[in-house]
Amino acid sequence: MNDALDVALRLLVVFVVFLTLPLVIGQTEHKVMAHMQGRLGPMYAGGFHGWAQLVADGVKFAQKEDIVPADADRRVFQLAPAVALLPYLLVLLAIPIGPGEGAVGEVIDAGIFFVLAVMGVGVLGSLMAGWASANKFSLLGGLRTAAQLLAYELPMLLAAASVAMAAGTVSLPGIVAAFEWWWLPWQIVGAIVFFVAGLAELQRPPFDMPVADSEIIFGAYTEYTGLRFALFLLAEYAGIVVLCGLTTVLFLGGWHGPWGADGLGWVWTLLKTAVLAFIVIWLRVTYPRLREDQLQKLSWVLLVPLALAQIALTGIVKVAIN
Amino acid sequence: MNLHVAADAPQGFLSPTGVEIAFVLVGLVTLGAAIITVTTRQLVHAALWLVVALGGLAVEYLLLTAEFIAWVQVLIYVGSVVVLLLFGLMLTRAPIGRSPDADSGNRPAALAVALAAAAALVWVVVDAFRTQWIKLDKPQGTTDVTGSVLFRHWVLPFEALSVLLLAALVGAIVLSRKSKDEPGGNGRQNRNGRPTPKAPRAQSDPKAQSAQTSQSGQTSQSGQTSQSGQTSQSGQTSQSDQADQTERTR
Repeated sequence: MNDALDVALRLLVVFVVFLTLPLVIGQTEHKVMAHMQGRLGPMYAGGFHGWAQLVADGVKFAQKEDIVPADADRRVFQLAPAVALLPYLLVLLAIPIGPGEGAVGEVIDAGIFFVLAVMGVGVLGSLMAGWASANKFSLLGGLRTAAQLLAYELPMLLAAASVAMAAGTVSLPGIVAAFEWWWLPWQIVGAIVFFVAGLAELQRPPFDMPVADSEIIFGAYTEYTGLRFALFLLAEYAGIVVLCGLTTVLFLGGWHGPWGADGLGWVWTLLKTAVLAFIVIWLRVTYPRLREDQLQKLSWVLLVPLALAQIALTGIVKVAIN
Repeated sequence: MNLHVAADAPQGFLSPTGVEIAFVLVGLVTLGAAIITVTTRQLVHAALWLVVALGGLAVEYLLLTAEFIAWVQVLIYVGSVVVLLLFGLMLTRAPIGRSPDADSGNRPAALAVALAAAAALVWVVVDAFRTQWIKLDKPQGTTDVTGSVLFRHWVLPFEALSVLLLAALVGAIVLSRKSKDEPGGNGRQNRNGRPTPKAPRAQSDPKAQSAQTSQSGQTSQSGQTSQSGQTSQSGQTSQSDQADQTERTR
């Protein structure tokens, strides 16, 4: 009974985190972008700094009519947002935020594989949406999504493999536990490759070709309205949480910090995740969108060789220190 | 091997455990999804049902406590192979609704081959294991066990398989470079090391290329570039292909 309660409690906590953190990041994005670009933005809802604008947006999305285009493939069209969103919830289960078994939703033996595998499934949602919308812009968006995923899955996997080699385990809590401070310079190339490839998988700027509004309206999500559209947006922000959390856990030492790692380890994890999320937003307002061929070239010509070089370096150092 | 096999302890089939019931149910779902995959007339639906079938297989692995294999199954088959399949479908033809021409006259032959393959596999497995019974109380297929078995006992087959994959990669590069019949196809000349006169000019003005905002140009451009980059994995090939593409779209 106690076990069942424990599992239920963990699931509940992860679910609450899943519902709140993406919204926090969404709100941060609004405000950070507004400050960086000198835009005022909505400042009235709720009083101070327009804090309630996100709530108002949520109410607006909930009120809008849920439209399915006449020619669309109804069931696939309606199923797509769930397929896009749910994998991130599952991934969140496996990310440890503190030391010990108490600070992770579910200890998974092959955590790194689980996380990368399930994240790849989320892209199916975009593909389904793009195809089922019966709209050529949506289809183009879906195509671009697929091309992007195929190109960036490999460097991401290779970078993650490098850390797994360094730690000698594929379990996420195991990798954080094995972390030493000098891994930071050792794995820095892998970290950058992982983060950039993750950004591309999330279709965040500057890798937002699949939803390039000046070319194909909003890509695969063009035909979506109301709550289903909001679910896709939520999936994007949940993706940011997951990517930043994973980068923290794999490359930045998770709950390790200069001090207070025993009791306040989770603060370090959240802090590093928040800094990375800020960088994600920063990149969005800083860089222009890559063209499709530049996007592909970046992956195959730059990121894959860098990731392979990182793996070679990891292997050499690993053999040398043994 | 590390597998804990208790061959002599007789097990009854009349009092199945919860895991066994779940295994059979998931197996039925997987089988059903697989049958729909090959019988549905809607191309993309077939690919999506394939996801269900492959995912069901992953769940079966999980129920057998082979966690590592399960995640690799999801990563490779659901995450990559099906996405590649969908990409190919969308790039060529993926109508919404039924495709009347998506049927083949080879149905009986395909059925016969499928049944023969299934019978052979079942026979091999049954003959190999007979009445052996593996206890699943503690996980049997953890990453640790899988890794050590793979790299201690089965290193040679593993290496042979990787050579096979390498051969496939090389083959893909060779195939993607054969473009001699197409106008401006300079893949062969590049292979011989001779520079193509057209390529540098086409490469030097990317702005003209990006200025073509017509949708068809954009589509074929993105598809072509990503495809070549995908299969060949070499910057040179995708460059020359891209140059071809630029020539063609003018």
